[in-house]
Amino acid sequence: MAKSVEINVHHITRLEGHGNIKVRTKDGVIEECQLDIVESPRFFEAMIEGRSWKEVRHITTRICGICAVGHGLTSVQATENAFGIKYSKQTDLLKRLICHGEQIQSHVLHTYFLAAPDFVNAPSVVPLVQTHPDVVMRALRLKKFGNAIADVICGRKVHPIGMGPGEFTYTPTPNELRDLRKKFDEYEPDITATVDLFASLSFPKFDRQTEYVSLKDDKEYPWLYGQVFSSDAGAVEKNDYKKIVHEKVVDHSTAKHASNKRSSYMVGALARLNNNFNLLRPEAKAAAGKLGVSAPCHNPFMITAAQVIETAHCFYDARDVVDQLLAIGPKPEDPLTITPKASRGVGVTEVPRGILFHDYTYDKDGLITEGNLVIPTNQNLANIEDDMRALVPQIIDQPKDKITLMLEMLVRAYDPCISCAVHLLNVEFI
Amino acid sequence: MSKPKIAVFSLTSCEGCSLQILNCEDELPDILNHVEIVNFREAVSNRSDDYLIAFVDGAVSTPSDVEEIKEIRSHAAILVAIGACACTGGLNVMKNFKGLDYCLKRVYGDKANVFKTIDAQPIDAVVKVDLKIHGCPMPKSEFLEVVRAVLVGRKPRIPNYPVCVECKQRGNVCLWLKKKTCLGVVARAGCEAICPSYLSGCVACRGLIDEPNDNACKEIMAEFGLTMEQILKEFQLYNGFYPVAKESK
Repeated sequence: MAKSVEINVHHITRLEGHGNIKVRTKDGVIEECQLDIVESPRFFEAMIEGRSWKEVRHITTRICGICAVGHGLTSVQATENAFGIKYSKQTDLLKRLICHGEQIQSHVLHTYFLAAPDFVNAPSVVPLVQTHPDVVMRALRLKKFGNAIADVICGRKVHPIGMGPGEFTYTPTPNELRDLRKKFDEYEPDITATVDLFASLSFPKFDRQTEYVSLKDDKEYPWLYGQVFSSDAGAVEKNDYKKIVHEKVVDHSTAKHASNKRSSYMVGALARLNNNFNLLRPEAKAAAGKLGVSAPCHNPFMITAAQVIETAHCFYDARDVVDQLLAIGPKPEDPLTITPKASRGVGVTEVPRGILFHDYTYDKDGLITEGNLVIPTNQNLANIEDDMRALVPQIIDQPKDKITLMLEMLVRAYDPCISCAVHLLNVEFI
Repeated sequence: MSKPKIAVFSLTSCEGCSLQILNCEDELPDILNHVEIVNFREAVSNRSDDYLIAFVDGAVSTPSDVEEIKEIRSHAAILVAIGACACTGGLNVMKNFKGLDYCLKRVYGDKANVFKTIDAQPIDAVVKVDLKIHGCPMPKSEFLEVVRAVLVGRKPRIPNYPVCVECKQRGNVCLWLKKKTCLGVVARAGCEAICPSYLSGCVACRGLIDEPNDNACKEIMAEFGLTMEQILKEFQLYNGFYPVAKESK
C-alpha cells in the first residue's frame, strides 16, 4: 500500500545525548530518513592541543560520563604506545578488570533501563519499580556491582582517577579483592536471571547485513588488544586504523559519520560478537544459546541481546581476573619514570558501544600537537540510517505510533552515546 | 499530598552528572517515593513543563543552550546547577582560550562557517541559579544532601573550605612534596580529596572557595618552578571563566 507518513521525534529519550528522528514518505516512497544529531559541540581535539601527556587522560575521560573508563584506558594506551611504556602483569590484570566492570555497568544500564521498558510498553523503568520490583532491584544491584569494580581500582566510575600510562596509582588490597570476589558469588544468580529475562522477550524481526568492525584477536575475545578487523576487509594493525575508518562530515549531524567498503558499517556488541563469536567464554556461549543468537547475526535489534551475552562473558572473565590477582598477591608498584619524546601513539580499545580510537601526536616535551578521536557512536550513525531506510518500507503499513516506536527502538538498540560522538561539531536546524 | 515534581536536563556536557543520579543505586527507589520525575531524557520518556525543581548539567555553549536554560528557568521554582560544566563552565571553557574560529576550523575545515558556537559559560552567567552542586562529576553524597535539604526546606551543607582540609583528614602526604601540581589549597572541598588520595593533583573541579588566597597559591606554584603560563593553564582546566585563570597579579 502506498502511504504517506511524516515522523518527527524531537530529542529521542532514554539515550545519552540529543538526537532527533526524521522520516517522511510520500506515496510509499521515502523522501527523508535521518537521524539528526543536535548535540552541542565539545571541541575536545582542539582543547587537548598543547596539553601535557600527564593531563590528557583526565581531560578525555570527560568526553563521556558513561564510558569514562574506556576513554581512560584508550588514552593511556595511546600514550604508552607513543613513549614505548611497558607495564606489569598486575597492571594488565587491573586494566582488564576495570574494563569488564565498565562493560557490565554500561550494558546493564542500557539493557534494563533504556531498552527493556519498550518491551513492556512502559515509558521508563520508573513504573516497573511498582510492577516488577524484583527486576528493577536486580538491575540496580548489577549496575552497582559494575561500578563497584571501578570504585575499588580507580576511586570512582564516572571519571576514574588512578589510571595512568603503564600504571595504576592505587593498588587494591587483598582484602578489597576478597570482598569483591565474594560479590561474584552473590551476583551470579542475577546474571543467570538476566539472561533468562531477555531470552523471554521477543525481539523485533529485521535483517540487514552490513560490514562489522571491531578488534579481533586470535587468543581471546578482544577488549584491549588485537588488530582492527572488518568483516569485509580483514585486519590491519592499530596504527593503520585509517585504512578502515573513513570519517566524513554530513550536513544533518553534528557528529561525523564513518564508512569503509559499504555506505556504512556497524561497531559495538553485535559487531564484536559477529567477528569473535568462537572466543566467547562457555558461559556466554550458553547465554547466546538461550537468547537464540549465533554468528553472524544481521538483526540490529539483537545488539541488546549481544550486550546481555557480553555481560555474562565479562562477569565470568572478571571473576577469573580477580582470582589471578589474588594468586599473584597485588602489591603497590614503584612509580614508573616516564620520559616523553616526539612521537605518535594510537590507542584502540573496545568500549561498551564499540571500537574507540585515540590518536595523539606529541612534541619532545610531551605536549600534544595533534589529536584525533574516533568514537563508536559516530561510526554507527550512517549504519543506523541505512537500517532505518531498510526498515521503514517493511513497517510502513502499521499505525504511525507503532512505526515511531519501532524506529526509536532501533536507534536505542545501538545504545548511542551522543555526547561522545559530538566531540566536534554542531549544526543549527531550522 | 502530591509529590514534588523534578526535572533533569543536560546542556553541553558528558551527561556524567545526570548519570551520577542513576548511580545512586541504593537511594533511587527511596528518592522515587518522595519525588516524581517528569523530565529526564537520559532515563525516562515522560516529558512535561510542570516541575518544581530542575537539575541541570552542562555548560551554556550554543545559542540553543541559551534559549533552553531561559525556558527551564521560567518553569522551575528552584534551579540547581549540577557538576562543573553547569557551575563554572567546566572543561568546556578551554575552547574559549583557543578561539572559536580556530576550534571550528580545526575540526571543520572549509565548512567552519556553517556551524554555530559561542564562548562556553556557566549557567549563572545567563540565568539565576539557586543552588550549585560542584564537581566533575558532582559527588553523589552532595546530590543526596541537596535533595534532602530542598525537600525539607533547609539550606544544604556545602563546604566552603579548601580540599587541603579533607586531604589532611585522610592523612595524605602533600602532593607538592612529591613534585606534583595540586590546587587543593584554594579549591572547594566536598570531594573527600579523592584525586589527591589517588595521587592525582587537585584541579579545582569544584571551583574555588569563596575567598581564596589565589595569589599565595600562585606564589607557591612559582616557588616549585612553574612558569606563569603553566600556572594559568592549571586554572584554565576548570576555572577558565574566572579572572584567576587569566591574570597574573
